[in-house]
Amino acid sequence: MRNAFARVLTELAKDDQRLLLFYADIGNRLFNPLKEFASDRTINAGIAEANMASMAAGSAMMGHKPFIYTITPFTTARNFEQIKIDIAYQNQPVIIVGTGSGLSYANLGPTHHSFEDIALMRSLPNMNIVCPADAQELEILMPQLIELNQPCYFRIGKKNEPSVHDAEPALKFGKAHTMVAGEKVAILATGTIMPLAQALHSHLTALGLNPELVSFHTVKPLDTVYLNQSTERFDHLITLEEHNVNGGFGSAVLEYLSEQAQQPRVHRFGIPDRFIDQVHSPEDARVKARLTVADIAQTLAKRGVL
Amino acid sequence: MNLENIAAKMRHTLCDVSSQTKTPHLGSCLSCVDILATLYWRVLNIDPSMPNASDRDYFLLGKGHAASALYTALAYRGFFDIPALYEHGQTGSQFEEHPGINAPSGVETVSGSLGHALSLASGMALSTKLQQKENRFYVLMGDGELNEGTVWEAAMFAAGKKLDNLVAIVDFNKLQGTGESCDIMHLEPLEEKWRAFGWYTIRIDGHDLDSLQNAFEQAKQRSQPVCIVADTIKGKGVSFMENDNNWHYRIPKADEVDMAKKELGL
Repeated sequence: MRNAFARVLTELAKDDQRLLLFYADIGNRLFNPLKEFASDRTINAGIAEANMASMAAGSAMMGHKPFIYTITPFTTARNFEQIKIDIAYQNQPVIIVGTGSGLSYANLGPTHHSFEDIALMRSLPNMNIVCPADAQELEILMPQLIELNQPCYFRIGKKNEPSVHDAEPALKFGKAHTMVAGEKVAILATGTIMPLAQALHSHLTALGLNPELVSFHTVKPLDTVYLNQSTERFDHLITLEEHNVNGGFGSAVLEYLSEQAQQPRVHRFGIPDRFIDQVHSPEDARVKARLTVADIAQTLAKRGVL
Repeated sequence: MNLENIAAKMRHTLCDVSSQTKTPHLGSCLSCVDILATLYWRVLNIDPSMPNASDRDYFLLGKGHAASALYTALAYRGFFDIPALYEHGQTGSQFEEHPGINAPSGVETVSGSLGHALSLASGMALSTKLQQKENRFYVLMGDGELNEGTVWEAAMFAAGKKLDNLVAIVDFNKLQGTGESCDIMHLEPLEEKWRAFGWYTIRIDGHDLDSLQNAFEQAKQRSQPVCIVADTIKGKGVSFMENDNNWHYRIPKADEVDMAKKELGL
């Protein structure tokens, strides 16, 4: 997905002189095509992410539309207070790109994991949050974020994420995208965990259910139109994210629905509230986090969904 | 009216506003009055009747707790009326104790969290150079503010990019919130530190208006960012406040404001 990010940015920056990239000394060669024609707009800010966030806000104040880019924990948590004051409070159109989100860098340990980033960004007024599921979603949504001209957190994966759509999806910022229509049960997934959501969908279908499958790429603002109609259509909503099960997408859904007169039961799946270490790969880490079809199905069976 | 006289009047207004609105940080404000007076009357390319002019110079207050000093400089310079300063810190006021997004005309950015301004200004200065514009950026920081690591992140970046449209001023009054700046962190030799970080550095008496003006003029001639280390006195101008760190938080009583006024020759 990071390759798609670099490719799309390179294309867009050709026609839009306002686009500027700050990166914190990562992405070896990734931005070479951008540098070829916009070396002065491809800025290595050094391994100094807090300064990078504020500088981007300063650039935005002068009319640029900056991206800041590095591995997710360093561009969301380490520089959080700079994002809060300089980007969110001063409402500057900086796009914060977290690459290798969730467990993408599982083998690098908790320093490189991000299970708290959505929670952090959700708590900031003015901030928008978009988590594309694959390179195609990234490509469709990224120009919309530039057009939005507001603070935005773009939570992306690392590389070689499987494609999740058969045909080009008509994605619109802020609108949940129904991939498979269904009834009674809906699986709402955000970001790169979509292949697991699809596997879960197949599993539930094989058990005779007719579940809906939704790419909830925009976590903030939450698509409340979708959630409002879900109260009539579904008995159970299953949320999936590669993020702490507390404070993220599932929590956002639960919080919203809890204030409605009637609501389906919400089943949140994500990283349990503990650190994940001593793992070799993202797959390995998901097993340890009990983020597998078997584990989820077992929980759903216990709760009487299946 | 000469600039010394303007500075004296600003100091009295600061004492009176603090007393009447019960807002703190008077010592921090008094130490940077001469720096602000020099900038706003002799250095910055600004026009109070066109505060958003695209070719203006930008002043960013790093030490946001000295907001009252900035508001006072702007008022005396004609951005708004002086009596408005007495709304400081009141409900619904533009004049918040730390400048917010609703701050009055002339305030360029939010401030209050230390160590943001030099980073913001570095981004602004970089963008301005990319756009081939001539705006210059001035950042006033406290010595306590230099404890923040982001200051040094920005210092390395700005020097690396040779941002010669960027000037940092350190209000080096040797006192921070709860003690002596040079004891709490190892600050000295401060001008050598900035020099080692790639900045052209000038150290001056931060209460000498001509030295200040001269330093800012020198800064315009350099092809790298410039740091002016201004030796100052916290509480400057009022003998019983000078170098007494209680005035970081203390609010003067009415009779103390009268004493200050006399000492300021007003």
